[in-house]
Amino acid sequence: MAELVSHPDEVRVVSRRFGQGATNLDRYLELDGYKAVQKALTMQPDAIVNEVKNSGLRGRGGAGFNTGMKWSFVPKQSAKPKYVLCNGDESEPGTCKDRLIFEHDPHAVIEGTVIAGLAVGSHTGYIYIRGEYRYLLEIMQKAIADAYARGFLGKNIFGSGYDFDVYWHGGAGAYEVGEESALMESLEGKRGIPRIRPPFPAVVGLWGGPTVINNAETLASIPHILLGGADWYANLGPPKNGGTRLFCLSGHLKRPGVYELPMGYNLKKMIYDVGGGIPGGRKLKAVVPGGSSTPLMTPDEIDVPMDFDSMMKAGSMLGSGGVVVLDDTTCMVKFALRIMKFYQHESCGWCIPCREGTDWLKKTLIRFHSGGGLKKDIDNILYLSQNMLGRTFCPLGDAAAMPTISIVKKFRQEFEDHLEGQPCAFEKESKIEQLPVLA
Amino acid sequence: MRFSEQFESRFAEMLTHYPTKRSVLVPTLLYAQDESGSLSDEVIKEIAGRLELTELEVRNVISYYSMLTTHPRGKYNVQVCTNIACLLRGADELFEHCEKKFGVKHKGTTADGLFSLEEVECIGACSWAPAVQVNYDFHENLTTEKLDNVLDEYRRK
Ligand SMILES: Cc1cc2nc3c(=O)[nH]c(=O)nc-3n(C[C@H](O)[C@H](O)[C@H](O)COP(=O)(O)O)c2cc1C
Ligand code: FES
Repeated sequence: MAELVSHPDEVRVVSRRFGQGATNLDRYLELDGYKAVQKALTMQPDAIVNEVKNSGLRGRGGAGFNTGMKWSFVPKQSAKPKYVLCNGDESEPGTCKDRLIFEHDPHAVIEGTVIAGLAVGSHTGYIYIRGEYRYLLEIMQKAIADAYARGFLGKNIFGSGYDFDVYWHGGAGAYEVGEESALMESLEGKRGIPRIRPPFPAVVGLWGGPTVINNAETLASIPHILLGGADWYANLGPPKNGGTRLFCLSGHLKRPGVYELPMGYNLKKMIYDVGGGIPGGRKLKAVVPGGSSTPLMTPDEIDVPMDFDSMMKAGSMLGSGGVVVLDDTTCMVKFALRIMKFYQHESCGWCIPCREGTDWLKKTLIRFHSGGGLKKDIDNILYLSQNMLGRTFCPLGDAAAMPTISIVKKFRQEFEDHLEGQPCAFEKESKIEQLPVLA
Repeated sequence: MRFSEQFESRFAEMLTHYPTKRSVLVPTLLYAQDESGSLSDEVIKEIAGRLELTELEVRNVISYYSMLTTHPRGKYNVQVCTNIACLLRGADELFEHCEKKFGVKHKGTTADGLFSLEEVECIGACSWAPAVQVNYDFHENLTTEKLDNVLDEYRRK
């Protein structure tokens, strides 16, 4: 469905089978499918964990935690069953990569899930796919059924004596459910309210059992690492940032699309070479480098390698791989408002700093954009956002605060320009609902 | 309360996936809604009974998830993403165009019950923005003209 693109700088690992008909199990087998899991079945669990650790693979869901390390936290002995949970809730604005993996290479996700299970001594995996992705859930249902029919799943997989079940699970619309602990609540049939940590899911997760939670792209990378080796994978990217990444290029670009590039690929090059630059002779104004929750960057800040550590050093985050490009026709106040509207809508309402903070910020930004802002509101927006940082029950509050702070700090002048009833310079008339001006 | 055979066999299968019955709730509610258009009192009662939950517990879950609804929608739910990537590529125009075309606002339904309109958050089509989902079908790289053609096809269906 979604259009595929390509660029000479791409290094295809996770996307290697895209467009190759690999949803078909026989075709997947022709393309080295299910070889990695058979190799894993001959390995000691610790050896699998170490291989993944040494590959430098870091979570593709956003936080970038070393995957092998995460697996090593799962206790060897457990009275309760252990689980592997694939996070396919993909809802971070700007992110549309897991969708392609599910569409083109569902067996890779299944295979990665089984290998994760072998590594931590689990016998059950769940693949959670967001409700809007119904066609992908259907692709996954068929892929799982096909794998069972061949004996790749279920009892005695590949005649190894090891049992492993994989089940699909569909969501019903909620960004917060992508947060790992809320994801487990949702899978248990509840509202997606996050759980307190510690205990971390690796120790107490689904139904109280130790649970490994990984993003779909993370799990789809695993078979390639086992077949290609940790060194090969690690060397694709800079130190401690192994491999490649699916970057979702969107916004004001000539060639938007999902491209697989080595970790550490230069952001400026990504925008101008891979994405084709800004159309219509307009100029770059800002970049959201890793999904809507990451601090925005200005044109003078984008000459950076896109890996977790470099982006952190540059004052932003690699995040979920969603690179959204804004040209100079964009109103930054409106952009900040749209981001906040999203987080206010998606806040689960459980903790007060997030629920109230996002709501006040949304209202303030609405008033601001419609020309009713007061000078003191500018600092108020900063103050409210900064007070959410690190003080919410789960990181959704941070996700709302971080881009907002960066926009106010880097584009303060645009807020000033909206003061005293001045209409938005970027729109003929303000289309957003008016709120009363407060004294 | 009667669901389709497909619903029943999937429901029975799903129950075998988890150690607790309750775990089937979220996907089951969505599948039930697909069959009956919305989650009526009758549907809620039925599902609560099957899963040994109170109706309140089920309603609590329904109110959390944005795709679940207790109010009937039109035959085709037109969901316009206006989040950042779509916003930058003309989502507001698409949404306003739909408002005018249907004569309804966000979450409204046309008088003939054919179309509902909804402004939604990111649907995972950012690189192909602006995007609209009609029920479960994605329509991408849209312009108002392209969207008109898409909607006309649904009207003819
Ligand atoms: C509000 C919120 C939403 C999230 N949404 C997603 C998501 O949709 N998909 C995802 O993989 N991770 C998401 N995450 C990150 C998960 O909590 C978790 O870190 C991740 O799934 C772990 O997998 P990884 O280590 O492979 O990245 C979200 C986190 C937060 C705080
Ligand atoms: S922002 Fe519209 S699909 Fe992601």
